[in-house]
Amino acid sequence: MASVGGQSQRRKRLTHESFLRHHQFLFLKVAGALCAVAILAYLTQGGRLSPGGGTALGYGLGTVAAGLIVWLALLGIRKRAVTDGHYSLKAWVSAHVYLGLSLIVVATLHTGFHFGWNVHTLAYGLMLVVIVSGAFGVWAYVTLPDRLSDNRGETTRKQMLAELQALDELIQDAAQPLDRQAAEVVRLSLEQTDIGGGFWRRMTGNYDNCATALALRQVAALAFDARGAQGEALKQIEVLLTRKAAALALARRQIHITALLEAWLFVHVPATFALLAALTAHIVSVFFYW
Amino acid sequence: MSETFRIAIVGSGPSGLSAAAHAATLGLSHILLEKTDHLSDTIYRYQKGKHVMATPAQLTLRADCQFSAGKREAVLEQWNADAAEAGVNVRYNAEVKAITGGRGDFSIALTNGDTVRAETIILAIGTQGNPNLMRCEGGDLPHVQYSLDDPAAYIDEHIFVLGGGDAGIENALGLAADAGQGNIVTLVNRSADFARAKEANVKALMQARDNGRIQILSETSPSLVEPGWITVDTPQGSARHRCDRIIARMGSSPPRKFVEAAGIAFTSDAPSAFPQLSATFESTTPGIYVIGALAGYPLIKHCMNQGHDVVEYINGATDLKPADEPILEAKLSGLPGFRSVSEWLEFLRREVEILNGLSALQMREFLLDSEVRAFRAGEAIFQKNMIGSSLFGIAEGSVRVEIDPKNANNTVTIGKGSIFGEVGLISGRRRGATVRAGEDCIVVEIPRTAALKLMAQVAEARETVNRITTERQILQIFKSGLAPSDLEEVLAGAEVMEVRPGKPIITEGELSDDLFVIRSGSMIVEKSVGGKQVFMSYVPAGSYSGEMAMIDGGPRSATVKAAIRSQVVRLPAEPFRRLLARKPELDSKMRSDMASRRQINAFVEDQKDNFDGVVDMYSSVAKFLIDQGIGEATDVLLIDESLCVGCDNCEKACADSHDGLSRLNREAGKTYAKIHVPTSCRHCEHPYCMTDCPPNAIQRGPDGEVFISDACIGCGNCQRNCPYDVIQMDKPPPEKPSLLSWMLFGKGPGPGEPDKAWRDKQPKPAVEKGKVAIKCDMCTGKAGGPACVRACPTGAAIRVSPEEFLSVALLDRSSG
Repeated sequence: MASVGGQSQRRKRLTHESFLRHHQFLFLKVAGALCAVAILAYLTQGGRLSPGGGTALGYGLGTVAAGLIVWLALLGIRKRAVTDGHYSLKAWVSAHVYLGLSLIVVATLHTGFHFGWNVHTLAYGLMLVVIVSGAFGVWAYVTLPDRLSDNRGETTRKQMLAELQALDELIQDAAQPLDRQAAEVVRLSLEQTDIGGGFWRRMTGNYDNCATALALRQVAALAFDARGAQGEALKQIEVLLTRKAAALALARRQIHITALLEAWLFVHVPATFALLAALTAHIVSVFFYW
Repeated sequence: MSETFRIAIVGSGPSGLSAAAHAATLGLSHILLEKTDHLSDTIYRYQKGKHVMATPAQLTLRADCQFSAGKREAVLEQWNADAAEAGVNVRYNAEVKAITGGRGDFSIALTNGDTVRAETIILAIGTQGNPNLMRCEGGDLPHVQYSLDDPAAYIDEHIFVLGGGDAGIENALGLAADAGQGNIVTLVNRSADFARAKEANVKALMQARDNGRIQILSETSPSLVEPGWITVDTPQGSARHRCDRIIARMGSSPPRKFVEAAGIAFTSDAPSAFPQLSATFESTTPGIYVIGALAGYPLIKHCMNQGHDVVEYINGATDLKPADEPILEAKLSGLPGFRSVSEWLEFLRREVEILNGLSALQMREFLLDSEVRAFRAGEAIFQKNMIGSSLFGIAEGSVRVEIDPKNANNTVTIGKGSIFGEVGLISGRRRGATVRAGEDCIVVEIPRTAALKLMAQVAEARETVNRITTERQILQIFKSGLAPSDLEEVLAGAEVMEVRPGKPIITEGELSDDLFVIRSGSMIVEKSVGGKQVFMSYVPAGSYSGEMAMIDGGPRSATVKAAIRSQVVRLPAEPFRRLLARKPELDSKMRSDMASRRQINAFVEDQKDNFDGVVDMYSSVAKFLIDQGIGEATDVLLIDESLCVGCDNCEKACADSHDGLSRLNREAGKTYAKIHVPTSCRHCEHPYCMTDCPPNAIQRGPDGEVFISDACIGCGNCQRNCPYDVIQMDKPPPEKPSLLSWMLFGKGPGPGEPDKAWRDKQPKPAVEKGKVAIKCDMCTGKAGGPACVRACPTGAAIRVSPEEFLSVALLDRSSG
């Protein structure tokens, strides 16, 4: 760039690191230090935490853990609030992951290994659900983007849908010379194009009773003994349906991978709200029923 | 016919008609001779509904016919009414064959055998009546036509349009506009590109070609016309095509033979030359006056004013001031020197080098767009970092450029006749330094569009600007306390070269030692290692290449070739080596640059064994990015698809920080080896979008970002000119409820660009806003930088400038 003398250059660094490696694993180090400090403190106290709480260490660990939980939950707002100042959502995510994992240590020590059928252990259990679902999220974020990218290549979602629509129009045109029976078969595919489907279909990527696949099988069978204009049309439709099946498979794989990338959030987010409620109950009850 | 008219006017176009109307108003005996059966044939033969423009806007119209921009039909109707009202004596179907006689007694012979006698003649025949004809065999067949009135009149025809100028392109587009007409339209262009046509027209043509509506045959010329067929010579050989109609729009030229037969001399033998004229439009044959396009002024307003003025002159006026005189007078009042307008024009033309080549009339038009300003010694003309893209010429005095922002006394003086401010002109950057008047001075400030027009029209102006900018750019690149005088010897042998994409300026292994400075565009450096071409680095505009062989001798160590169309300056090695010997500071600076480039070479040699892996991969990624136009980018958004989870938070953040409209499309764009180039502005070094922006609304900000200001009028030129499709025309959606009320109460559409359904449901504002051009502004003015990058949760979105991203040396960092 022809640098024109002394322009106000905005601070800019080329940081090409993933959220896990962010700032050379800064938050992994912070979280590790936090765990080490917590464990050390616990050991020096000789594990003499009473179930009724009341020790300085117990309060300390509890305050840190509660603070962390609330702060970690705020990522949901941070992600959506685009402010003008210096912040990096990647840094937030990086901290979210490592500090979230450190809660396993901090909160477990806070329990003093006393568990029971009560609201306190419920909060602890919910926290573990949140953390485990989050860990699944990390796995998804690390492994799935490659598959997502490989699957779509340079095709956008819009183009996938447009392609399906264009194929439908071609199939419709090609089906004009068909007799009633064959036309009914083709209509199967035209009228029941199930691209996404419900939650489980998206999650499993399983479309066993796909209308297009069925139509394709039947058209292939009909084309086998058809002659004349009907035969020509069926052959053409068979080619088009094959293309449609491939286009459908591409779109469905895309939806499947996207669903996997999002699925864990269906546990992670509701469990977080449940955790916040249980946490509130835990704190209130501890102070009320001392 | 025995009557002798005071004035005979030949041609009823804008100039002839205006002259006739004025003669009629003054009550002079006159006759208007028109070849066809209607007035103003050139406008008459414009395509139906064509918008007739009224430029230059500042020029006042001084005529007895009215004229304002509008549809062809409205303009013609107005003129017919004006002519009738003024009582113009018009004779239709009167084609002039020959002019004989002299002042006071001319005989005008018509093709129908009649003769018209007149004391004076105004020739206003334009050039359109004399189109360049098809010269190949069959060019005289009836289905060859030289104009197109109504494109809708032809259906289901194979039509060939000849000519790659605006007329040809507009005709071809008109014929192909309605697919329902079923025309198969082919445009034949003699050259490879469409340099003569307006960019917007070329863009529309390319779009029509991509949509399959028009076929283009480039570097092609017709060789034979037969009924129903045309044979053309293409670079691949001869081809015969079905053809029902040929529309030849190959330009027009002055009907020189006819004009010369009347004794009128031309300025030169060049085909583009115009008749020699006096200040009162009188030709070398006394009594014959020439105005309008034939006199070299194709704009309708000029023509009409000339028609008015020439009749005044013939009627004896001697002190007639041109129509723009009051505007210029007002413009120049209050300046020191007490000059008259014409003295000012002559003074500026003489003193400012880039204006030397302008004629008096061009000077008038030029000054309508520009400002003349006087400054006292020490007064600031502009401050560093101010927005401004105008060019300044110094007519008197001198200015000082403060080259060191910390020390206002460190200045470089630019003297009388020279220019400054040219950086803004070329790349739209902000003012790089404060410029003050060194002594009392008079400068002419030329707005960007006027300066570009000047450079396009006047070759001398273009060459002068290029020479001065080259010298300054080289000084800036090498800095090291060099003065212009140091470079004299080097620049004497310098050669400015245009380099086409992919063409090398330096080839590995060759024995040459010249130094190259990249003026515009960019270069890539490649080296053959172990039989493979390895992408070494990227050299942006404003840097140099080839110093190793120049300093140390020996064969070239790498190949340097153009990434995009570039302009380089070749500096001969010998004088440069002498310069280095004189300037040890420069010598050590270049040696240290060379050392770091050597390190890259050594690094690549080290990696030899690694070739099937890292280095190879890197080379191919770099080449992919160059193919995606990164070579002209200054800052580009890339997405690492191995990290991208497809959450589109980048798009949402973009929309939420820019009035609710996202300026990037994450999914669209090319991908290679998991590096994805989304559809988003690259902030080109020489932005295409800036080239044709009527309100000059596209500017460059302090961080190099190219942004569109509120001055946008929504014309869409930038959208058509952008080769990367990153500009959209849209209007901002209504304001959304806040984020919290969405999170807590589900109000509004949530983060990101609101969907159309939600937008449609909102109450319409009292004053509906029009669509404007929307593009990435790199979040200008936001402290945190681009929102897309800040809002990426995984680190997939990165913004890079090519020179920091495209270097093989980065491999060292990532592997180490």
